[in-house]
Amino acid sequence: MIIEVKNLKTIFGKKIVHDGLNLTINENEIYGLLGPSGCGKTTLLKEMIMLQEFHGGDINILGNSLSNISSSNAQKLRQNWGVLFQAGALFSSLSLAENIILPLKEYTKLSDKMIKEIVAFKIDLVGLKQSDAKLYPSEISGGMKKKAALARSLAMDPKLLFLDEPTSGLDPLSAREFDELILKLRSLLGLSIVMVSHDLRSIYDTLDRVAIIDDKKIAYEGSVAGATQIDNKFVKKFFSVKEI
Amino acid sequence: MGNISLEILQKNGSLTLKFGGEVTVYTINKYQNSLEIINTSNIKTVELNLEKVTFLDSAGALFLDIFEQDMKQRNLDFVLTCENDKILKTLQLVKNHKRDLVYEIDEKTSVLEKMGKVFYDYFTGFLSFLSFLGEMFITKLRYLKSAKTIRYKEIAYEINDSAIKALGIIIITSFLIGLVVAYQSAYQLKLYGANIFLVDMLGLSIFRELAPLITAIVVAGRSGSSYTAQIGAMKITEELDAMRTMGFDPYRFLVLPRIIALMISMPILIFVADMMGILGGMIVANVDLGISTSLFLDRFNEVISIKHFFVGLVKGPFFAFLIASIGIYRGLMVQNDTQSIGYNTTKSVVEAIFAVIVCDAIFSIMFTNLGI
Repeated sequence: MIIEVKNLKTIFGKKIVHDGLNLTINENEIYGLLGPSGCGKTTLLKEMIMLQEFHGGDINILGNSLSNISSSNAQKLRQNWGVLFQAGALFSSLSLAENIILPLKEYTKLSDKMIKEIVAFKIDLVGLKQSDAKLYPSEISGGMKKKAALARSLAMDPKLLFLDEPTSGLDPLSAREFDELILKLRSLLGLSIVMVSHDLRSIYDTLDRVAIIDDKKIAYEGSVAGATQIDNKFVKKFFSVKEI
Repeated sequence: MGNISLEILQKNGSLTLKFGGEVTVYTINKYQNSLEIINTSNIKTVELNLEKVTFLDSAGALFLDIFEQDMKQRNLDFVLTCENDKILKTLQLVKNHKRDLVYEIDEKTSVLEKMGKVFYDYFTGFLSFLSFLGEMFITKLRYLKSAKTIRYKEIAYEINDSAIKALGIIIITSFLIGLVVAYQSAYQLKLYGANIFLVDMLGLSIFRELAPLITAIVVAGRSGSSYTAQIGAMKITEELDAMRTMGFDPYRFLVLPRIIALMISMPILIFVADMMGILGGMIVANVDLGISTSLFLDRFNEVISIKHFFVGLVKGPFFAFLIASIGIYRGLMVQNDTQSIGYNTTKSVVEAIFAVIVCDAIFSIMFTNLGI
């Protein structure tokens, strides 16, 4: 078990987002968070990566309880995961290569040659061309930005990867490529992956287990195939969308 | 970060490296240090033993792969001993991805070429500003023809935002300027016993130059920069494109209301600055030089004709036009990255203040030659 969420409670003003939410994520699995819009998927993801505070219960990640984590442990924990934001969130003043180099320079004492090798490998791994490394985020397409952002999140060889809508904004072909890439990375690098997704194909193709958040709680947790069987308004609507 | 160990065994021409512990991005620099001191001059085979390695990440695999290439380049036989499937897989992964290191090629450019590029950039920048002005005037003409389409509500909002809310800072700044100018000259004037001439000096300098300039500089720093940031952010979020596709001309909805609002409010701000500057001077005259308020006002009425007041006021709309159009133009120049907002906001303030001062100089020459 790599992540455990227990009795989580989140309140924004008067609105209760999560109330008594429980879920567990195992090692080396691709876990999806699903639910109607506004149900707090992204909020939950942000709470897991310590960008958002929660108001009750606890989240345990890699043996660290987030409700009373010290700042030095939090800093260590942050080096153990990679996060891919919806729009990439590449640093616009740095080139793609520099974006990937940044954590390597900051957290390790590697030689410049070694760093260059790692960057070149990561760029090839996510399917970018080596010549793209010099480009700046404003000069590349949305799909390339996602790949570059993925390369950046993989820079430190994290054990855990968080993906926020990894295939949104990509054309179907790139989206499928991205799915394959994620599957490949999971088996090659032994990653555990948590993602928020709305892409039905991506959900069927990549996810091992899925949690459906509805009405402040987990409505279902388990395999994707099993999700289609349960009695839930959102699930029925969501999985009844015909594939084109 | 984990326990690491490296055993180096050297036996008649063969070298055995036994790696242990974690070989990861955090530890490889330690291995690297010990590998560098190995002398391979009388060695024929190298054995890489990974049996004790507990964890290998991709950076570690890269490191070992580079070592292997290096040994092969020296024509040494290379043997890998490892039974851990996971580690072998990671090593294979690294081998499967080619890594042509792309080094930046420094293009040599001569000074002349660089200068040419800079001047050409300035030239195209100037042309694009002219095209912005052209488009704005066309829109202005089109919409001013029919009063119905003028966005009165936006104009009122902008007047409040960029003028009414700026009153406080302009009152304080101009009051202090009047105070300081009077205070500095009071000392000099006292020497010659020419106390009363302070009134002439204050009236002329504040009405004609200081009040309009100070107002323009404050407005450029306050409203000009906010125009750039607002419109720049709208450009990044594609709001401008959305407006265009819905048939709302940004020039009509964003550009003209701001320019018109600032052109209306600038003379009012200058008027306020005039009053506050004179008030500041009057206080110093009273306290420092013993010129009573009634004497000050009498003298003021006598020597400062109304034309000086209007000379300052007339500059207002021109300054306003420059500040607003440069601010908005810079906003429209924002590219699709966050750096660009900061860059263009700085540029907008600097350019607006520069343009205002150039414009003021032109007015100064013009008015002098016209005998005003």
